[in-house]
Amino acid sequence: MSHPRRPGNRKNVKKGFQFTLMVVGASGLGRTTFINTLCDAEVVPKRECDEPEMAHIEEGIKIKPYTVELDEDGIKISLTVVDTPGFGDMIDNEYCFQEILGYLEQQYDDILSEESRIKRNRRFRDNRVHALLYFIAPTGHSLREIDIELMKRLSPRINIIPVVGKSDSLTPGELADFKKRVMEDITHHKIPIYNFPYDPEEDDDETVEENSELRSLLPFALIGCEEEVTVNGRKVRGRQYPWGVVEVDNPQHCDFVKLRYALLSSHFQDLKEITHDYLYENYRTEKLSRSTDSASDNDSGEEDEHSRLKEEQFKKEDGKLKEIEDRVQRELKEKQQELWTKEQQLMSLEANQIHVQ
Amino acid sequence: MSVDAESTQPILQSYVGFDSITSQIEKKLLKRGFQFNVMVVGQSGLGKSTLINTIFASHLIDSKGRTQPDEPTRQTVEIHSFTETVIERGVKLRLNIVDTPGYGDQVNNENCWEPIIKYIKDQHSSFLRKELTAMRDRFIQDTRIHCCLFFISPTGHSLKPIDIVVLKKLTEVVNVVPVIAKSDSLTIEERIAFKHRIKEEMAFHNIKLYPYESDEDDEQDAALNESIQDLIPFAVVGSEKTIVVDGKTVRGRQNRWGVINVENENHCEFIHLRNFLTRTHLQDLIETTSLIHYESFRSKQLLALKENGQQQQQQHH
Repeated sequence: MSHPRRPGNRKNVKKGFQFTLMVVGASGLGRTTFINTLCDAEVVPKRECDEPEMAHIEEGIKIKPYTVELDEDGIKISLTVVDTPGFGDMIDNEYCFQEILGYLEQQYDDILSEESRIKRNRRFRDNRVHALLYFIAPTGHSLREIDIELMKRLSPRINIIPVVGKSDSLTPGELADFKKRVMEDITHHKIPIYNFPYDPEEDDDETVEENSELRSLLPFALIGCEEEVTVNGRKVRGRQYPWGVVEVDNPQHCDFVKLRYALLSSHFQDLKEITHDYLYENYRTEKLSRSTDSASDNDSGEEDEHSRLKEEQFKKEDGKLKEIEDRVQRELKEKQQELWTKEQQLMSLEANQIHVQ
Repeated sequence: MSVDAESTQPILQSYVGFDSITSQIEKKLLKRGFQFNVMVVGQSGLGKSTLINTIFASHLIDSKGRTQPDEPTRQTVEIHSFTETVIERGVKLRLNIVDTPGYGDQVNNENCWEPIIKYIKDQHSSFLRKELTAMRDRFIQDTRIHCCLFFISPTGHSLKPIDIVVLKKLTEVVNVVPVIAKSDSLTIEERIAFKHRIKEEMAFHNIKLYPYESDEDDEQDAALNESIQDLIPFAVVGSEKTIVVDGKTVRGRQNRWGVINVENENHCEFIHLRNFLTRTHLQDLIETTSLIHYESFRSKQLLALKENGQQQQQQHH
């Protein structure tokens, strides 16, 4: 199950674009390090070790957006990364899902209310999240309950791309088995993730190949690293272990490079379009139908929805026209009043003059 | 005329031979065999089963992890007990491994530790009952947990709130040995910082870990215990697969960037844990369970029984 594919258009937007990415996963899976590795800068400050007295305190999830300006081969990207520290860290994590869902729907609500304004704000900032990277722990087994729950609950509102955090703790064999099991689990639970959709009949060979390759990498194996080490005289971003160095930018070691390219170059457009044309539209329809008549039959189908929406629009436009009419009337009256006053003044002036003569 | 044993120790004129009591005991014990009960506690996917199999160098238990998509996620904590006898140079060790699948795996993990604490106490309870029976067995089968390996997820940050709650409760009833699981995902620096944090947190919450200090310890024991306490929590890596390194066959993990040798002290602390559990403190773990944890349980129970009895008597009158 996946969202419908937009007809192939990999526009290279030269003038720059905006993209919002959310990152979700339990602490210690490399989420924050990934953000910094992606942006090649310390966007999210390293978590300062709090006092040992703080470890048992359950702080709950926080939603923290950070915006960076990136330059990808001359293309300017305004990237907003939304971090979610605290997810899955409490003893009871039921509340986490609602927090994230609430944030995503809030952005949709903002757009919705902006759209329905008579006078729209030209500089309104679209904060909708275009993709969610969900960090799975490298257990080597299959998905955990919290993984399934999160992806199920959030997939109607956002493109989810599952990734494996700290994937360097798995051997290549273990990683391949794990990826296979995770995808089987996702299919079994009918979770609609973003799986680089393509149409073998409509799309060209290149697109088909590219997308099927990316699809086969799911969930992306990630390693994060901000430090540089020297390997055979080269300076690379990597993690130094006693038994060797794991290189972040080496496609043999992890899928970081491929994911980065997909997010910031090849597939951001698709992700944005699906967010706007499909996910947001669904939300809008659901929300508006809920707010009109909640007792109405759910089976009334899309046609009734449509006509009801049209009706609303007419009412609004009617209202607008009436406003304008009223205003014109008022102004007319005012002007007439002015004229009458001036006439009176003129008449009295003339009367005076006659008197004088 | 009282004789102070310390100051006037008689000098034996000829060899008596009572020093052979140690081998007499050994013979008896070899016949009877030893019993060791170890419990593993930790989220699924932390390599618990693999570590047990690595420590005892044989495939004893299977992983209880969820591997099939149609397998449902566990909704409760289950207690799985598995017994196997292993023999080394004529010494029989009856190993009882208690696994706790489901712990920490749900969205809501409230009270997930209760079945575990209950199980530990039940073993004390059952032993006490057998002890108090008028016609009791000569050798009561010992199912009390001698060691609880607590698996910490290698986040590199700090202990989780659930870890702290559970460690507090566990250390009150059993010998707890914490380990940092899958430590091959931490660089050496990260490992050192992580351990330091964990130790600080455990000290802050007054969590009492095994080995405990004892007046009976001589200098050597005290020094050994101190070095163990320094190492805890053990940063371990487990593996049942073998790899050839420099011509030697060792247990390890092969990656694209190198080979992790489980038995190499520079790679991880598996060897230290293995020696600690089997070569230096095995007997002490069993004894401490009986002398400290069981005793404490026993006295609480008997006092409660006594009070109960007195109350009932008063009610009758």
